[in-house]
Amino acid sequence: MSDAPDYMSSPDVLGHFGEFGGRFVPEALMPACLELEVAFRDAWSDQTFIDEYQRVLREFAGRPTPITPLPRISAALGIRLFAKREDLAHTGSHKINNVVGQTLLTKRMGKQRVIAETGAGQHGVATATAAARFGMACTVFMGEVDTERQSLNVFRMELLGAKVVPVTSGSRTLKDAVNEAMREWVTCVDDTHYCIGSVMGPHPFPLMVREFQSIIGTESAFQLNELGVACPDLVVACVGGGSNAAGVFAGFANTTARLIGVEAAGGSAVGKGSPGVLHGMKSYLIQDEFGQIEEASSISAGLDYPGIGPEHAHLAKSGRAEYVAIGDDEVLDALKVLSELEGIIPALETAHAVAWILKEAGRSIPSGATVLLNLSGRGDKDVAQVREILRGTA
Amino acid sequence: MKSLETSLRELRATGRKALVPYFVAGATSDWVRHVEAAVLAGADAVEIGIPFSDPMLDGVVIQNASLRALELGTTIDSIATDLSSIATSVPLIAMTYYNLLYHYGLERVAGKLRECGVVGAIVPDLTVEEAGEWRAAADASDVATIFLVAPSTPPERVALVTSASEGFCYASSRMAVTGSATDSVDVTRVVKRVRDCSDLPTYVGIGISTPQQARAAVNVSDGVIVGSALVRVIHEGGGAREIEQFIGSFRNALDAAGGES
Ligand SMILES: Cc1ncc(COP(=O)(O)O)c(C=O)c1O
Repeated sequence: MSDAPDYMSSPDVLGHFGEFGGRFVPEALMPACLELEVAFRDAWSDQTFIDEYQRVLREFAGRPTPITPLPRISAALGIRLFAKREDLAHTGSHKINNVVGQTLLTKRMGKQRVIAETGAGQHGVATATAAARFGMACTVFMGEVDTERQSLNVFRMELLGAKVVPVTSGSRTLKDAVNEAMREWVTCVDDTHYCIGSVMGPHPFPLMVREFQSIIGTESAFQLNELGVACPDLVVACVGGGSNAAGVFAGFANTTARLIGVEAAGGSAVGKGSPGVLHGMKSYLIQDEFGQIEEASSISAGLDYPGIGPEHAHLAKSGRAEYVAIGDDEVLDALKVLSELEGIIPALETAHAVAWILKEAGRSIPSGATVLLNLSGRGDKDVAQVREILRGTA
Repeated sequence: MKSLETSLRELRATGRKALVPYFVAGATSDWVRHVEAAVLAGADAVEIGIPFSDPMLDGVVIQNASLRALELGTTIDSIATDLSSIATSVPLIAMTYYNLLYHYGLERVAGKLRECGVVGAIVPDLTVEEAGEWRAAADASDVATIFLVAPSTPPERVALVTSASEGFCYASSRMAVTGSATDSVDVTRVVKRVRDCSDLPTYVGIGISTPQQARAAVNVSDGVIVGSALVRVIHEGGGAREIEQFIGSFRNALDAAGGES
């Protein structure tokens, strides 16, 4: 036994990570949250379920994803940079890891339908994909603003047989899509699972989604080892709700690696927020002086969220992880650098993490440091938007 | 016993079925006059909705009214100021989401609400498990906390929820967010589950929008809460007269039902 703190272990019985997390939902949803918690714990300790989850990720989703050394950026910055290639997973981002876990669990609970919220559309596409693969009905709620800026993803979901519902309430982005999915869930909780797309929401979602994403960290630690890196000096990931970050951090929480979560400046819940309650959880939220939730604003739909998962709030408060913010203007440059120097077009979300590394190399990242970037997704979905912006500013 | 429970138990003892309309505070500049009109027409208590940007348990009618209220600059303080001019003695019950209370400061907000006549609070996203801090603050100011029981709540949980509830037990008529569905719905089972665990007055809400539904609900319960249907009347331009008419039709239906039992 050691006295070293055990980071990213289990929350308390009510789902609290320190002072954050918990369950703040209408009573109508409490039985479903309780049932889900039991089902998840049962499945996650059942080797048959774990084998099936791993088999599907291997055969269907393309895991394990590789780790790619990024030699040209490394040389330019004077660091050793490695990328965990979640962009190479099926559907183009880490979102598939969580969705495979949750759809298998949905089947195990005997439910026939999944609903989901989506921002950029990546989680919606992943959910629609898994629903198609496992023969389930699927409805995705997406803010109307996002259906416009990510219209190709709407079409993808429809091709996959899902129904996409544009959400016209509030700011018509991700937070409103979550509200609408919650409202829908109240009406159909008997036969429908709400497949939340990040480490947010009421307990057990933040824990469960982290566990389904922790395969990123587990694989990374092993693969880096094979490349001769016992432990990276930094692990860097972008943060919307925080699922790709939680997944990769989970592999290094109890090492000496610095953990860095990069938020969008316009959605920086840790940087600009204060503790509050939204979407079933207590966490840092961007809110006005009266406690009304403010609209996040970011170039990337996937980071356009005024909150952050409760475990990140706890990691921030306890100082184990650091959360930083990157503005829209720095993101496009980072996207171009990774494209031109390494032949990888990242998602705009991921480009936030790249931008922080470009900015901090030689400053808070000492030269010679070994850095693991979680390359959460590929940029195909964003190229039309990027083209418009670049043409507009050219 | 908190003030709200005393009042509502007394009301039940008279044999009168309780009619509790819901208003979005600040949705119109004269909303306090609307509340008075409803009381004049036979409301026994009033729910005061404090508008929140992200009302998870509300359908589109209350969402829109809340948005309007926020655009008009409604805050907890402005509501308190408005309420200081209210001419009514029926119990006022705040309905809002937890973030607004948490952000204001639990003790401060409980005291503030009680000062302007609010004796109860319904906080639909505050579960019994998370309610400890709020309860302590509300207790100190004689504000009762009312919890909802849903049709999905299993019997063991009904016991937990009803034993935490004060003033009355709120039985949700359907698995839905607030809205004005007009189909008939059988509330017997959910009300019976509540009654098996608690002798507090039991009111039915969420999805009561016609006098017929109200009448059917009070055949097995002690009262009804009417929200979206009333908010819609106001949204469509209804003033004091239309509100009196609307509330009057519910009053008649409840009195007729009360006479039967
Ligand atoms: C590629 C990519 N990365 C990151 C995110 C942000 O989500 P999270 O913080 O949960 O990883 C998204 C969300 O849409 C995404 O598509």
